[in-house]
Amino acid sequence: MDQYTTEKLKSIVGTKNFFDSKEDKLVYSYDGTPVYKQLPEAIVFPQDDEQISKIIKLANQEKFSIVPRGAGTGLSGGAIPTENSVVVVMTKWNKILEVDSNNLTAWVEPGVVTGLFQKEVEKLGLFYPPDPGSLTVCTIGGNVANNAGGLRGLKYGVTKNYVLGVEMILPNGELLKTGGKNMKDVAGYNLRDFIVGSEGTLGIITKVLLKLIPKPTQSITLLIFFDKLIDAGKTVADIIASHIVPSMMEFLDNTTINCVEDYTHIGLPRKSEAILLIEIDGRGSIVQEDAETIRKIAVKNNATALKGASDENEANILKTARRSAFSALARRMPTTILEDATVPRSELPIMIEKVSKAGKMFNVTFGNFGHAGDGNLHPTCLTDERDSKELDKAHRAFDFIFNEAIKLGGTITGEHGTGLAKKHFLEQVAGPAGVDMMKKIKLAIDHNNILNPGKIFTISPKCEGSMPTKREQIKDFHV
Amino acid sequence: MSKEIDYKELIKILPSDDIFQQCMHCGMCLAVCPTYDLTKMERSSPRGRISMIKSVARGEMEMSRTFADEMNFCLDCQACETACPAGVQYGRMVETARVVVDNTKYVSKTGVMLKRFLLRRIVASKNVLKLFSNFLKFYQKSGLQKIIRSSGVLRLISKNLAHVEKLSPIISEKFSDKEIPELVFPNGLVKHNVTFHYGCLMNTMFADINLDTIEVLKEMGCKIITPKNQVCCGSLMGHNGDMEFALKLARKNIDEFELHDYEYLISNSAGCGAFMKDYAHLLEDDPLYAEKAKRFSSKVKDVMEFFAEEKPELKFNLEFKPELTTYHDACHLAHAQKITTQPREVIKSLPGVNYTELEEASWCCGSAGIYNVVRYEDSMVQLERKMKNIKNTNAKIVLTGNPGCMGQIKHGTEKFKVDVEVLHPITLIKRILKK
Repeated sequence: MDQYTTEKLKSIVGTKNFFDSKEDKLVYSYDGTPVYKQLPEAIVFPQDDEQISKIIKLANQEKFSIVPRGAGTGLSGGAIPTENSVVVVMTKWNKILEVDSNNLTAWVEPGVVTGLFQKEVEKLGLFYPPDPGSLTVCTIGGNVANNAGGLRGLKYGVTKNYVLGVEMILPNGELLKTGGKNMKDVAGYNLRDFIVGSEGTLGIITKVLLKLIPKPTQSITLLIFFDKLIDAGKTVADIIASHIVPSMMEFLDNTTINCVEDYTHIGLPRKSEAILLIEIDGRGSIVQEDAETIRKIAVKNNATALKGASDENEANILKTARRSAFSALARRMPTTILEDATVPRSELPIMIEKVSKAGKMFNVTFGNFGHAGDGNLHPTCLTDERDSKELDKAHRAFDFIFNEAIKLGGTITGEHGTGLAKKHFLEQVAGPAGVDMMKKIKLAIDHNNILNPGKIFTISPKCEGSMPTKREQIKDFHV
Repeated sequence: MSKEIDYKELIKILPSDDIFQQCMHCGMCLAVCPTYDLTKMERSSPRGRISMIKSVARGEMEMSRTFADEMNFCLDCQACETACPAGVQYGRMVETARVVVDNTKYVSKTGVMLKRFLLRRIVASKNVLKLFSNFLKFYQKSGLQKIIRSSGVLRLISKNLAHVEKLSPIISEKFSDKEIPELVFPNGLVKHNVTFHYGCLMNTMFADINLDTIEVLKEMGCKIITPKNQVCCGSLMGHNGDMEFALKLARKNIDEFELHDYEYLISNSAGCGAFMKDYAHLLEDDPLYAEKAKRFSSKVKDVMEFFAEEKPELKFNLEFKPELTTYHDACHLAHAQKITTQPREVIKSLPGVNYTELEEASWCCGSAGIYNVVRYEDSMVQLERKMKNIKNTNAKIVLTGNPGCMGQIKHGTEKFKVDVEVLHPITLIKRILKK
């Protein structure tokens, strides 16, 4: 990055919000995604909308790219810097601007931590359900950009179901305001839902209006143990078939159980082949009745033991243990690669088998866990990124898993996003026409491809018109 | 030239690549890191610091002032270790990095020498510490403190000195090692055979807590040996870049306690307990001491841990009505020793105690060894947060199991005007005991 751009950026955000030391570049070269890494040219902490707009305009002029970033816990490489990029960090935008108890909505800044936001609204008897595994750290802005899911997706849906409005600085530097407190709104294209999950490729989110719901008054948390994987799968299928919708139905295999137990010491049965963690919530006696039905289904499917959390504290310990699964698996091997292949719920038992098969076929170790209730699995490969042979085996195993998921009518990512990690598989799911449409939309909004380029898909350089012959013409192509 | 060799030699002591690789940079540590919470910058987070240490150890990045600053900005509270599902031992990494940093030009030589002098010659030497404490006591009792404080002369020398002077805790009337006989028998039957480590700060500044501990242990049926030649545990030196000296102290303690036959070594200072439990690991490569250290460490117990396990049936004064009480987790108890439920169980079980949980109880109070002395301003930001949470509980008593935290929170009661009594849990137990 040249002196001019550096000075310009400093004058926009102020010297104390501009960083380009080698240490700062290093610590913004990664996010939560394993293996991927790239140094940015600089890091900025903008203070207001106007500064962001100026940064974006400068990027268009000087042709550098912009990588928006929240807490950096993403798992598809969405916040990994690209070549010649400036990271725009939004973590200091962390104010809850308004909680409207009359309309059940809340305006927040994008850097608000999801878990802290939940705590705040729960004090008012309200509820914001999306709960990604990293909720103690991750930010609403990142959740919206990636349409984050979580444990409660089964009953309550994912982030997009709770976004009512968004304010965003577009790639031309203008401010877009879309959506509002109306529960119904069909004026024009639905830009709001289009922004949700756009992974920072269409603009920088500066404000989000979220929908809240009343907090359920009762909940029961159950932990069910199985000696056979297939029995856990059948239990899930039977529960869904009996028209019960738990708020959470989580699955952990033996490898995961052992790693989580190493971390939490909460007495999980190390020999069990599978565990289901189920939460039923709601109001009144139905919660009890549903829990009883689930008990019966589990017993019918050879559950070896069944444990109920005695109080909210114990239930929280169990849920926290489940959320730690991904990172806990890192105890086993130096690198853990986590994916989130998702299949229609009825295909879940087959998909679990396929993951085991992939492990055997390619001779790699998998820990498998995930959101059994919504068919969203997290097969996690335990490997060592420093050994290229091992890494290659892992990649081939994932190719197999993705292909099998697609064959079952599934998708390559349920909640982590496409980012860098899964863009090579996108066309298999979205189809050539779909990907083409995405690229056209992207270029229509971001002519110079400056916002988080290379994420979701790669836009090939333009090869139109006659060959440049003069020096001035060549300069235009210099990126 | 020689400087470069020194540097290469130095970075060799940083952990191996395998250890770094365990950090999968998932970011779960960011949520609990007090310094990240302040700056919201990745370099002030455990994940960022590990990444920097890794790059320096691999020779990919040169040491720098920023690196040195971040290593010393860290409180080493180890809350990140509790939060880390992957089990990364961050504390060891940052402590080793501090050893390297202290030997570079990026840290003031006088600062390091002063720190080393303070820790080696004053804290670690029982007699000098007592001499120093006696001086402090004289200073506090004679009226000299009042004169000095009102004259503002300290502020003339250094703003920091004036602040730190206020941190100095009230020195106990008598030092506990003089009061506690080497061998104490319980009043009734001997149920346990224990030894006691009285700590440096507890001995001189909180001597009463040591005496209370002995009284409660006696009631529990313990025969207590308090070896006269025991020394400082070494934790302050170990955490502040002087592991060599810390290990000298560790060996001395191991030798002294080996002379006795006992089941458990009881400590009432979270920092000392944590460090003594770590001797086994720290000396694992020492052929002479590895085995002995393992034996030593396996016997160390925090007094609250011991109490919770034994569940002694003590005779309490049932008419005693204590105030609303809360509990602050000392980092070296909660994060380093993973002791969180035991003290709460004990406190709640005491007759008549009206317990209320403290918001962010395991968030560092900013004391963090000698952090509040060397980085006063940063430390006060953490303390202010702690005091606000304590105030919100409306508790009249706050209990905590570490002298550092006690001194810091006591300072907080004055600085932030919070009306609360700061006690060690063992003192509360002693108060409620039937006379």
